[in-house]
Parts: sequence; C-alpha cells; structure tokens
Amino acid sequence: MGKKTINVDSLGELFHKIKSGGKRILAPVEKDGVILFGEVASYPEVATGYIQTVFSAKEAVLPRFEEILRFSSEGRDVVIEEESNKPVPTVVFGVRPCDAKSLSVIKAVFERDYPDIFVQSKIDSTTVIGLSCVNSDEYCFCTSVGGAPGDTAGSDLLLTRINDANYLAEIITEKGESIVSSAPELFSEAGNVDKDRHLAQVNRQFDLDELEKRLPALFESPLWAGQSLRCIGCGACSFVCPSCTCFDIQDETDGARGIRLRCWDSCGFAQFTLHTSGHNPRGVQSKRWRQRIMHKFSYQPGELGTAGCVGCGRCSRACPVDMNILQHIKDILEAR
Amino acid sequence: METNVYKPYLMRIAEITEETPDVRTFRLEFTKEDEAASFSYKAGQFGEYSVFGEGESTFCIASSPTRKGYIECTFRKAGRVTKALAAREKGDTIGFRGPYGNTFPLSDWKGKSLLFVTGGIALPPLRCVIWNALDLRDNFKDITIVYGARSVQDLVYKKELAEWDARPDVKLITTVDPGGETTDWKGPVGFVPTVLEKASPSSADSVALLCGPPIMIKLTLPVLSNLGFSPENIYTTLENRMKCGIGKCGRCNVGKYFVCKDGPVFTFAQVNELPPEY
Repeated sequence: MGKKTINVDSLGELFHKIKSGGKRILAPVEKDGVILFGEVASYPEVATGYIQTVFSAKEAVLPRFEEILRFSSEGRDVVIEEESNKPVPTVVFGVRPCDAKSLSVIKAVFERDYPDIFVQSKIDSTTVIGLSCVNSDEYCFCTSVGGAPGDTAGSDLLLTRINDANYLAEIITEKGESIVSSAPELFSEAGNVDKDRHLAQVNRQFDLDELEKRLPALFESPLWAGQSLRCIGCGACSFVCPSCTCFDIQDETDGARGIRLRCWDSCGFAQFTLHTSGHNPRGVQSKRWRQRIMHKFSYQPGELGTAGCVGCGRCSRACPVDMNILQHIKDILEAR
Repeated sequence: METNVYKPYLMRIAEITEETPDVRTFRLEFTKEDEAASFSYKAGQFGEYSVFGEGESTFCIASSPTRKGYIECTFRKAGRVTKALAAREKGDTIGFRGPYGNTFPLSDWKGKSLLFVTGGIALPPLRCVIWNALDLRDNFKDITIVYGARSVQDLVYKKELAEWDARPDVKLITTVDPGGETTDWKGPVGFVPTVLEKASPSSADSVALLCGPPIMIKLTLPVLSNLGFSPENIYTTLENRMKCGIGKCGRCNVGKYFVCKDGPVFTFAQVNELPPEY
C-alpha cells in the first residue's frame, strides 16, 4: 500500500500521536534485565539493542490469564455477569516478523469452529508495527519455517532501519495506513530503497515440508526419548513461544463472587493430559516432547495450513537444560 | 456481537439419583425457557458441567434426545469438581456448556441390530443411545445389552436395568466380576468379554457399541472380531481430559484429531489409525 520513511527522532512524536489518539502502546521494555512487551507512555522507554524479546508479543492478544466468565451466587441461584475482559485499542510496536507471523496461527486456532470473542476482539483492536531484524543469532531460524527477517506478513506497518537516521516504513494494511495518516507530516516518500541489504542474514537450515512428510512415520521412533532425556518438563518453551495457544481454565472466588480464568498451559506438563482415573495418555516426558513437535510440525500444518512454529528460537534460548529445537529438528530429519 | 463460547447455561438440579455410593445422576432443567426451547443435541454428545467457583468437568449427556425438557448426567465423585458437584442438592444451580462433539449415526443404523457392550461407569454414554433406540424401537432389529460391573453395588441405573430386563424386545445380560456377587445375585458372574463370548450374539446386519475401561476394551475387541464384527462396525466413545470442549485448549489432541470436536464417537477402524494417546 506504499512505502515511506520516518526519521528515528520522529518516533517519539509518532508515539505521542498514537497515545493522544486513545490507543495503548505495547513495546519491548526492559524489566529486571528481561526484555518483554509492556505498556509504554513514551518512546524513550522502548528497549534497544536486543536480538529477541524474551517473551513474545502474543500477550497482546492472548494474555497469560484473562477473565472468560464472571458470576455471583445468591443462595441456590447463580447470576452470570458481564465479564470485564474487553479489548483495549492497542498498537504493538517493535514486533519481530516472526512474532507478527505467529498472530496468524493464534487467529486460526481461535476463529475456527467456535469463534473465541476474547482473542478475536483483541486481534481486531490491535495494530501491529513490525520491526525487521537487522541482527540475528544462532537460535533464529525464521527462513526455515516460511518467514524472513523482513517479512511483512502479520504486520500492519513494518519498519526497517535503513541508516543511522531513518526507518523504511512499509504500509501493509489499512490499520497501518491509518497510523501513517494520523501523522502524515512525520513520514516522507521512500523512493528507491534496497531493503534486503539492511536485513539480517538468516540461512535456511531445513526443509519444512520434508519434516511434515517424515514425522508421521517417526511416531514410535526412539529419538523422542533420546532428545527429551534431560527435559525437566518446566514448560518454559511453551510460555515463551509466540504460537503456543494451549490453555487451562480455572475458577477464582472471593466470597459469593467469582471469575473463570483462561490461563496459559503447556503440553510439557504431566498434568496436562492426566485423567481423573490416574491414566495418562502422555504419561512420560518423551511423549510430551513428541506431542510438541508433532503438533507444531505435523498436525497443525494439516489442520491450519501453517506450521505452529515461526522460528523465533525463544524455546531454545529459554530452555534451562539447553534443548535446542533447531538441532533436534535436524536430527529428526536425519533419523532413519 | 458474537457470543461468549465459554458462557454456560444455568441449569437447575431437578432430581438426584444415587446410583452407587459414589455415582450420582442429576436431572437438569434449563432455568430460562427460551434456552430450553432452542436447545437440541444428539446421542453421543457431551458437555462441560460446572460448579461455579470450583471449575468445569466433562461428561456425556446420559439421557436420550427423544426425552425433551431436560438432560441427565451421571458422574463418579473423583476429583475437585465432581466432589463439589456431588455436594449439590436438588434445586441448586449448576452450569452446562454444550452440546459438543459428534454423534452416534443412529439414522444410518435403521433396520440393523444393535449390540451394546459396556462396563462400570461407561454405561452412561451408551444409556443415551439405548433409550434413543428404544424410543424409536421399530427402526431397529435385535437390541442386546451386555453390561458388567465390579460388583452388584457398582451397577448403575439399577431401576432401568430391571426395566430393560423385563422388556421382551431387549436382551439384557448383566454380569458382575467374580467375587462381586451378592448371595441373592441371579445373573452371571464373570468378566464382560467371557460373558459376551458365551452369549455369542450375531454380527449379521449388526453394529456393536463398545465402551468401558481400557482393559475391558482390549479383551472384548478380539471377541467381537471372532463374532464377525468388522472394525468399521464397532463404535466407541473416547475420553480424554478436556477443558474447553471446543478444540482449542489442546488437551484431548490425538494425532490430527481433537477428541472433543472430531469425536468423541469413533469406529475402531478410526481408532486403529490413531496414535495411542487416549
């Protein structure tokens, strides 16, 4: 829809315009040494100098926990009240292209069959300002799962740093257009810019289609046990994952009033599938690790038309026992 | 505005039946007339039953869709939610979300014989189908029920078992495990597969519905196979832990299926294709 440039020094003014337009801004911030998405009041609060935020931008549309029901009891009667979980018009700034892509996975899961208004309404009221990657590290593998350091998919407006003073601003959607048109004086025509020259180099390391094809036959392979021997089932991989959507539902009460909450959960936890009888279909960690890989790379591509992984590398960075998903995928592809 | 898919119907407990010391059946009625009027379901579907403040639990709808105005569920006191449910009294309000999942294809079975094989607390999902078939009795040929429990005390729906036993158009065999009989027990003593083998019902123009604990299923399948039932003609309803019931929370995922939205009803031809994660 058009290409513009914006001066680095104008971002403060752009933030001001967005805020005064009534929108909340979420952006990467540093909190206790950890880079994550938090609400900011002004541009200088935005963290810089990181490769990847520790937590993803997923929280903008699928919070760690959120109210899905509000109720109160009066004697034998129960009253269901209007839940307080309403979408807040939000601009998420500085979303990596991998995270922007993950939003389509989340959208697909929550809109099919039984549309989930809580996720859908948050997606609808969120504008994504992406930020292309000019640096990457050894954990990044977006290009192996259909993404790219400058991929526009999922962003409404994508910024790419093209020199010390300027960002290229690619307008992808009408939401992106409305950001630009809210402060047209801050943007200039882009002219001819070789965007790719400024992007990080992320080499393709495996064939995603080949992985999908090979996985079903490997269900009973001993490699799952080998790879997960050191897994402690902490669930960190799911919590930092931008496209993990599995959740738990829990009630909380305060006297006669209560709320029902949706909370992030993980297929890595033993209790995730534990039946009341004591039977557990995925009773050992190797089966849970297999489920993580199968779901993302075999089941979801068939079901949603997209893998449940965007190659952000967060799970490998966060793993306390150093399980590296990229290495494990390569080993899976070499298994006979 | 679309509706909140997690919002349950408010249901009043109209009747409580104590099936065994730890198994109860609730008859539930809608508290809102318009919801009662628009609600419909089919045999095999399930729901999420909730005690507000404790959480939700998944069980089948145990009553037949031919009986209007209420639904019934039968559950064993086992975990946090079912214990809280069991503490509810007649007249109390609980929540129900549903109906979810696929159904037993009763209309495809017109003119066929039905064989129900089940054990213990697995009778409730089939009870829905049994009453559905009995209420449309002319649509089916023979109806045979083989039901077993650990002990006489553990048999559920005792009143209905007597009712089915008295009907000339139902063949009911109720058995209890060795050691589970009482002095006045007149029925067979033995495990379901053995009792089924002895009864040897015909597989001609017949479908079998098999539902029970994993060990019962494992030992019953070869018996059904020997009787001539093909995996395509043996139906079951799978159980996996669920939270949402609508294919999102991820728990009941088995291979490319979610038990909640692609099941819970499967034929054994389908089950045999699934990874063993149920």
